[in-house]
Amino acid sequence: MSLLAVQGIVAGYGQTEILHGVSIVVEPGEIVAIIGPNGSGKSTLMKSAVGLLRPTGGSVNFRGEDITGVAPENIVRKGLCYVPQSSNVFPSLSIHENLEMGAFVRTDDYRPRITEIYDLFPDLASRRKERASRLSGGQRQMVALARALMLNPVLLLLDEPSAGLAPMMVASVFEKIKGISSTGVAVLMVEQNAREALRLSARGYVLAAGHNRLEGPGRSLLSDPEVARLYLGG
Amino acid sequence: MTMPGCMGGWRWGVAHTLMAIFLVVMALSFLSVIRLELVVNGLLIGLIMAVGAIGLSLVYGILKFANIAQGDFMTLGAYMCLFLLGTLFPRMNIQGTGLGPFTFGYPMLLALPLVMVVLATLAIGLDIGVYRRLRGRGVSTVVLAMTSLGVAIALRGAVQVLWGGETEQYPRLSRQFYQAPMDVRIPPDGIFIGLVTVTLVVALYLFLSRTRMGKAMRATSDNEELARVSGINTERVIWWTWAIGAALAATAGILLAVFQAQLLPIMGWRVLIPLFAAVILGGIGNPFGALVGALIIGVTSEVSTEWLSPSYKPAVAFLLMIATLLVRPTGIFGVKS
Amino acid sequence: MDISGIISYTTGVVIMAGIYAVFSLGLNIHWGYTGLFNIGIAGFFALGAYTSAILTTSAPDPDLFEDFKFGGDLPALLSFLDPGIDLWFFVALLAAGVVCGVVALGIGFITLRLRDDYLAIATLGIAESVRLVFLNEKWLANGSKGLYRIPKFMGDVVSAENYEFLYLVAVLLVLAVVYLAVQQVIKSPWGRVLKAIREDETTAAASGKNVFSFKLQSFVLGAFIMGIGGALYAHSVRFVAPISFDPLLATFIIWAMLMVGGSGNNKGAVLGAFVVWGIWTGTQFLPGFLSDPNFRLFMIGFLIVAVILLRPGGILGEERRVSRAAQEREGAAPSEL
Ligand SMILES: Nc1ncnc2c1ncn2[C@@H]1O[C@H](COP(=O)(O)OP(=O)(O)OP(=O)(O)O)[C@@H](O)[C@H]1O
Ligand SMILES: [Mg+2]
Repeated sequence: MSLLAVQGIVAGYGQTEILHGVSIVVEPGEIVAIIGPNGSGKSTLMKSAVGLLRPTGGSVNFRGEDITGVAPENIVRKGLCYVPQSSNVFPSLSIHENLEMGAFVRTDDYRPRITEIYDLFPDLASRRKERASRLSGGQRQMVALARALMLNPVLLLLDEPSAGLAPMMVASVFEKIKGISSTGVAVLMVEQNAREALRLSARGYVLAAGHNRLEGPGRSLLSDPEVARLYLGG
Repeated sequence: MTMPGCMGGWRWGVAHTLMAIFLVVMALSFLSVIRLELVVNGLLIGLIMAVGAIGLSLVYGILKFANIAQGDFMTLGAYMCLFLLGTLFPRMNIQGTGLGPFTFGYPMLLALPLVMVVLATLAIGLDIGVYRRLRGRGVSTVVLAMTSLGVAIALRGAVQVLWGGETEQYPRLSRQFYQAPMDVRIPPDGIFIGLVTVTLVVALYLFLSRTRMGKAMRATSDNEELARVSGINTERVIWWTWAIGAALAATAGILLAVFQAQLLPIMGWRVLIPLFAAVILGGIGNPFGALVGALIIGVTSEVSTEWLSPSYKPAVAFLLMIATLLVRPTGIFGVKS
Repeated sequence: MDISGIISYTTGVVIMAGIYAVFSLGLNIHWGYTGLFNIGIAGFFALGAYTSAILTTSAPDPDLFEDFKFGGDLPALLSFLDPGIDLWFFVALLAAGVVCGVVALGIGFITLRLRDDYLAIATLGIAESVRLVFLNEKWLANGSKGLYRIPKFMGDVVSAENYEFLYLVAVLLVLAVVYLAVQQVIKSPWGRVLKAIREDETTAAASGKNVFSFKLQSFVLGAFIMGIGGALYAHSVRFVAPISFDPLLATFIIWAMLMVGGSGNNKGAVLGAFVVWGIWTGTQFLPGFLSDPNFRLFMIGFLIVAVILLRPGGILGEERRVSRAAQEREGAAPSEL
């Protein structure tokens, strides 16, 4: 049984339909990349999966349970956590408070988890009282990742985790993702940085204009001439 | 779409601004440019406005629309208190005036929290009956503001149906003003106003910075979608926001009625301009900014009576607001976008 | 009441409904077509009425201890032009519109670049400031005593008891002209841009439209029409004082009219004015609390909320829309977020 199975999802904003029946599958523990041109509906797909958008057709299945149309605050409890593409931290909250918000649904003592997270992101530990709005883009991305990890997710959805970062930071973000994945967490990520993402991923999907275009193992997509021409800069 | 709530990091900004204003005002009054008594009066009115404006700013920050009904929530709160003090309590043999140095009696101490709870409940009821439905329909924030105009009119109408349009008063005992140095006269009730305001502001600060729900409110104000995918039930947050906003409005209305020693159905509508001016001055969604904004508005409008007819006070508040919009639309403590 | 009494009464009601219809059309430009939230209609109402009154009343009579200094006495001034119709009346209407337009230009320039609801708060401030200026500056328009004996349009042509009928025709003619003009404007390319902005501001901006400029033009145009409405009122009642422009009858009821009739539809705007004013005046003959003005105030607020919740399109609903996306939107009006 797949961890996440999105089947023929149809979704959009208001009357504008953006996704016209997209399907993707994530197996436990694997990294899956979604690539595609701007506006092809990658973020829309993620929002539909986590319940921010109510799909008008198709279904979302997580760990064998139908979660189509379930509210996001209930989906995260099931172990599916999400880092949006932009504005993915609470700017006026301190780093520590951002992490606390990540643990909002936990009723048990989450302090041990915070300690673990600080061990994983030592840079954050030293600045835990600082407002997130004062952080650099890379540090914010770390806070966003850390926030989403607070619930020990089974599957992490990352929307362009490396967007707008300096090359150094891009490398360390991918490093972190690899680290997270090695602990058994499955990762589904959207990336502009297609080469890096596909290299890291077990499988990849190419989305175009709200349709599945191509899919396959990361390495074979990397060598696909069409993918190379369109997304890997020749 | 995010709107920085700016609730963190306010400490220094707020403290510095207050200090600066304090120094300027003291200097001016020592130089006899302005009468200190006006400043003190302005501070008292500013504190009352602050209570209402803080509630308005919270609702603005989280629901993203200008709640035109905040002023009429104040009116309703003041009148509910009148009902308790003047009608219900006396029947239960709870009555009295002149508690300590104050004009009112101990029943006020029962009535105030009671009215806060009733108004908070009413606000949540309004959300369920009206605003939540509109949110579910995805209407724009202007439509929500428009709706709150309708609510404001209906609330005032209800007040006038129940209590008539005449001027009313709480049961009270006239008191001598305190005579302070530099010809400053302070009404004894001013002390009560100060105590209540400080208590509420401290309580709100602790709530927002220490409790789970308080932090969730700030998070929702920052970014609602992110709050939802973090597992925060934003509908619950919205209820808390309405409850706090309305409870603060109730308090402000009661304090205003105590301070002015009268109630009028239009009292809340009339303070809408200073209320919004305070919120905009302090930065929308920043409750502690609203506090500073309200103090500035209160003192400025009061001091302006040195040169202008007192009835121009709302216009002075309005001009301050326009000046803010021209110079720094995000308010004193707002983050430039 | 005898027959002639009833006829005279009905004429008065229709005159007032016609004047309100002009306001409703102006508000429709603001809200219905552009999504501008103006809650200070009373300000433009007063400004238009006062402008026309000041321009046309004759110089103050020293025997009456009047405070105002300037009566424009436009009828005497323009008497040398004698085209057989009172030309001054139309000059006064236009002047009233222009004054309102200029004020709208200023306030719109400051607020329309900012958040949507800043305009609401600013218009509220303008309304209050206008009221305070006319109340306090006695030299300008006689303070709270107001200006009276404002000249009649074509007063010499008919006898005093028949004047109402003549004025009724005048109001309906002006209403017809305003209606046709607004229809033309809305159908023009300019009007189509307005709708596009209202439906999707971002897309409109992306396609190179200067959204701010269009909103500003629309705000000025609507205010201009409201100014004309104010002038019509001044020459109908022939008395203006600060008390004539209280928010209920000069702002709230106009909102109710537009919402009930159907915002975004000029026929609806006019229909709403007649329906709501008919109900308003009709209900005063009802027995018991139904005719209580306080209850009617409540009902105005209730009506606004109920229309937004249950029938956002009002009686007539919005006219054919530009895009399919907007058609599906259930929002009462603007769809930009
Ligand atoms: N909130 C929204 N309301 C209306 N339309 C939207 C909204 N968000 C996105 N869209 C539209 O939906 C389409 C797909 O957007 P989406 O964000 O899913 O694309 P994307 O593949 O993530 O692109 P990018 O690479 O730029 O992030 C775009 O045409 C966009 O304009
Ligand atoms: Mg995207």
